[in-house]
Amino acid sequence: MENVSIDQSIDARGSACPGPLMELIRAVKSSKVGTVIEVLSSERGSINDVPSWLDKVGQMLIGIEEVTSHWRIVVKKVK
Amino acid sequence: MAKKIVIVGGGTGGTIVANLLARNLRSQISGGKIVIDMITDKPYHIYQPGLLYVVFDRMQPEDIVRNQRGLVDPLVNVLIDSVLNIDRDNKKITTETGHNFNYDYLVIATGSRTVPELIPGLAEGAHTFYTLDEAKKLRDSLARFEGGKVVISVGVPHKCPVAPLEMTFMLYDYFRQKGILNKTEIYYTYPINRVHALEPVSNWAVQEFERKSIKYETFFNMERVDPDKKVVYSMEDTQVDYDLLIAIPPHKGSQVIETSGIGKDGWVPTDKVNLNNDKYEDVFVVGDTTNIPISKAGSTAHFESEVIAEIITSRISTGFSLRQYNGKVLCFIESGFDAASYIWFDYNTPPKPTAPSKMLHWMKLTYNQLYWSTVKGSL
Ligand SMILES: Cc1cc2nc3c(=O)[nH]c(=O)nc-3n(C[C@H](O)[C@H](O)[C@H](O)COP(=O)(O)OP(=O)(O)OC[C@H]3O[C@@H](n4cnc5c(N)ncnc54)[C@H](O)[C@@H]3O)c2cc1C
Repeated sequence: MENVSIDQSIDARGSACPGPLMELIRAVKSSKVGTVIEVLSSERGSINDVPSWLDKVGQMLIGIEEVTSHWRIVVKKVK
Repeated sequence: MAKKIVIVGGGTGGTIVANLLARNLRSQISGGKIVIDMITDKPYHIYQPGLLYVVFDRMQPEDIVRNQRGLVDPLVNVLIDSVLNIDRDNKKITTETGHNFNYDYLVIATGSRTVPELIPGLAEGAHTFYTLDEAKKLRDSLARFEGGKVVISVGVPHKCPVAPLEMTFMLYDYFRQKGILNKTEIYYTYPINRVHALEPVSNWAVQEFERKSIKYETFFNMERVDPDKKVVYSMEDTQVDYDLLIAIPPHKGSQVIETSGIGKDGWVPTDKVNLNNDKYEDVFVVGDTTNIPISKAGSTAHFESEVIAEIITSRISTGFSLRQYNGKVLCFIESGFDAASYIWFDYNTPPKPTAPSKMLHWMKLTYNQLYWSTVKGSL
């Protein structure tokens, strides 16, 4: 995931569940196809909620990594 | 010179902080050593959980509204005015009518508000019950409703995370009592992949939904409403038609928070245990307007208020304080007209809903009256 270039970064650390997912939903809606978005979340729930939402709407999960006190979730808008 | 404490916002949090501080600092205020000013933009105070009962004609509008000045200790100066700017670097507050206030300690208690404009068509097509006018309108529509599809659609973030569930369960009992349940479908939607943000509450609610044949759809983020066709569209490309739509619009904090450059969407960055704003150790934040990831509820505001009042009192007398907030929240959840459940949780303890009982329902009804004592700081 280090090599993926990020177009948009959302720092949702400290935001209440389902805050990070909501921020991501808004970003996916307003960006162009092909945009790579990273979400930083300190909510453990995000590592389940975000992939299930992507699954439902048919968008792509590039990867999830745990960084000290939070998670970094990278997503690509494919349609 | 007298020390100045300014409280902005006279809802649940601001009023409790003001009254507790007045009690703790009574002699210093009387002796002119401390001045407490509350600036709030409405002359009245609404007990918001009562809105749910107004919808079902179980409380009257006048039962849930009181004069704001009458709720605040006479040692606190109350100014009914809207705060337009909070300048934390110069410790200065400016109001709409041109008053300026300086402070040694500031308490931001400006709450949250619904922003239906964020979803096109929502204001025209949906009922809501988060303000008194809207609760009365919904009551009037329910009186005329003789069956059809009722959709309860939840946007986030919103205050009182349990109110949409309570509304759903109370609607069920209302339709049953009115004898139109067999002609009515209740449909509930929620933005994430469960029916409530707190997982244990969601698990409990799903069982109740299934028992009552209430249908639900998760991962449903309202995108727009077509009031003519009576359809709600989601960001997930699904749609739900309705005869009566009851929506919980997404919320934001007060405009002044954004205008003053304090926090995006009106949410104030707040230290979750010390309850101060960012690097500003003399600026405290209480209630819905914090960005702390816990429920935006009156009980949260209440417990935070106690901590803030203690911190300010100790800081004035000793220069330091040991008090911290542990994330405590407590909520009764109506599961219909005659039973309620109950949850409490804090930063380290997850909620565990109890089985609904009549007793808990009576406790909630009792609290509806006790609120006025709580807000005065006597409970
Ligand atoms: C339908 C419904 C049901 C609810 N049920 C429950 C429940 O069962 N249990 C529970 O715990 N909570 C419940 N709540 C939530 C609870 O009412 C709120 O969380 C609580 O009131 C928050 O307190 P607060 O002080 O942060 O904000 P508020 O009580 O909303 O007060 C904020 C005040 O600040 C004022 N203000 C805002 N901006 C300015 C400005 N610029 N200048 C001056 N004044 C300003 C506002 O006018 C308002 O008076 C419910 C809410 C609703 C709507």
